[in-house]
Amino acid sequence: MESLIHARGLVKRFEGFTAVDGIDVDVRRGEAFGFLGPNGAGKSSTMRMIGCVSPPTDGVLRILGLDPRRDGPKIRAKLGVCPQLDNLDIELSVRENLTTYARFFGIPRRVARQRADELLEFVQLTERADSKVEPLSGGMKRRLTIARALVNEPEIVLLDEPTTGLDPQARHLVWERLFRLKQQGVTLVLTTHYMDEAEQLCDRLVVMDGGRIVAEGSPRALIEQYSTREVVELRFAAESQEAYAEKLAGLGERLEVLPDRILLYVADGDKAAAEVQRRSLAPASVLVRRSSLEDVFLHLTGRTLVD
Amino acid sequence: MVAGAYVLEYHLVNYRRTWRSSALSTLVLPLLTMLGFGVGVGSYVSGGVEGAPYLDWIVPGLIASTAVQTAIGEATWPVLSYFEWLKVYFAQAAAPLRVADILGGHLAFMAFRVLTAAAAFLVVAAVFGTIHSWWAPLTLVVSVLTGLAVAAPSVAYSSSISSDSYLAILMRFAVLPMSLFSGVFFPVESLPVVLRWAAYVLPLWHGVDLSRDAMLGLAPGWIGLLHVVYLLIWCVAGWAVAHRCFRRRLVV
Repeated sequence: MESLIHARGLVKRFEGFTAVDGIDVDVRRGEAFGFLGPNGAGKSSTMRMIGCVSPPTDGVLRILGLDPRRDGPKIRAKLGVCPQLDNLDIELSVRENLTTYARFFGIPRRVARQRADELLEFVQLTERADSKVEPLSGGMKRRLTIARALVNEPEIVLLDEPTTGLDPQARHLVWERLFRLKQQGVTLVLTTHYMDEAEQLCDRLVVMDGGRIVAEGSPRALIEQYSTREVVELRFAAESQEAYAEKLAGLGERLEVLPDRILLYVADGDKAAAEVQRRSLAPASVLVRRSSLEDVFLHLTGRTLVD
Repeated sequence: MVAGAYVLEYHLVNYRRTWRSSALSTLVLPLLTMLGFGVGVGSYVSGGVEGAPYLDWIVPGLIASTAVQTAIGEATWPVLSYFEWLKVYFAQAAAPLRVADILGGHLAFMAFRVLTAAAAFLVVAAVFGTIHSWWAPLTLVVSVLTGLAVAAPSVAYSSSISSDSYLAILMRFAVLPMSLFSGVFFPVESLPVVLRWAAYVLPLWHGVDLSRDAMLGLAPGWIGLLHVVYLLIWCVAGWAVAHRCFRRRLVV
């Protein structure tokens, strides 16, 4: 399969620290590919290298078969970039934001206007076309930034934390639009630390930690590989959950003690819950749920806060 | 080159929003300075300066000074905010533009602003009957050159700072003395030697002298050529440093 983004041993070093420490990545045409990881994992540095605004320190990077060190502008002509922080022109109108940006790609004015109208329709901002950007809500601004990233009909769209800071309604609308793009065959590359976002959108993803890739695969495959099928969450009334940990020994593949609850990683949640009852441990509450990407993520990158 | 023109176009679209209010001040400001200095102060200056009536003598200096003020205005806060707050340059860097396009397009817009401000001043000056030479329109070329000689290094400065308190330093210790001691209001020869050298080193005096030659119809001579070369050096050096600063921030 054709690899639109191809990285081998990709490294980004800044003075005194290594942000990306030798990663291998292949993104294929038409897929939605995710970079997951805690803050400081190297996701944004990787995205900036792919966006051709940050030259790699070492390693191989090919985008659409071209070398970003040499062909930056040529590659950027075929990319759409939705940065982490909106950098819209707050004093221009919504439509002008799209038309002026289109000009940077050498798109004729008439075509730019027509495309702007289509894109505003796509991100459901047609009614706000002539309003200024400043009073728009966070969700609207983000949709406009996405529309702006599409103005050159890019082959790859880079989205750096596309829904961070949005309310649930706004997030779902953005997801739905991105899903539509994927259906149209646009290759999406996104970073996120929302696990539900990754599960919703990504065909394949890598988990980064400390500048390296620590896991790779589809969301389903990662859950199968790094977690169990189900998780039982037990809360005990006692002050310390610790005391119960050893009484639960042998109940699952893995057991995790948190300040307020104990997590049991098991294949069959109901069976494990029944066993807990049988041992008459009487937890205050029992919750059986499916394992999620979040469990994988926390397992791989730890629960300690990084920033 | 073409891509730089797209950037210029962006700045012009952006300017379309505010041009009315800025056009008013570009016309009112020269009018007030002409009345205040030319007519007001001028009535105390009997016998004129260097053989010209004070009003005629001061207007070319005011045009060059206006060019510099406009250039400074465009090359400081907007540049800082395009990096720090509005992130306009970063959005441009994600498009297929090179650093030179982003910088060049913005400088071209600054040249445009300088040109319109100088032209407005020239029109007001004509109304006051201070134009006595067919060479007067050349003042506009001088203004653009002087404006860029100040704008390019100012852009470099603005792109290497992260807080606007540094701009206040620039205004107080560079722009203000330059405006006062560059032969705009009185000949630099009346300054003590040290300050005279400040005028010679900074760009404005060279523009003032050239502008005065054009407006009064005097032959600039070989020193005129030196002025032009010296201003070009400021432009080129300013560009080189600004390009480095832009690169350091946009391509990391």
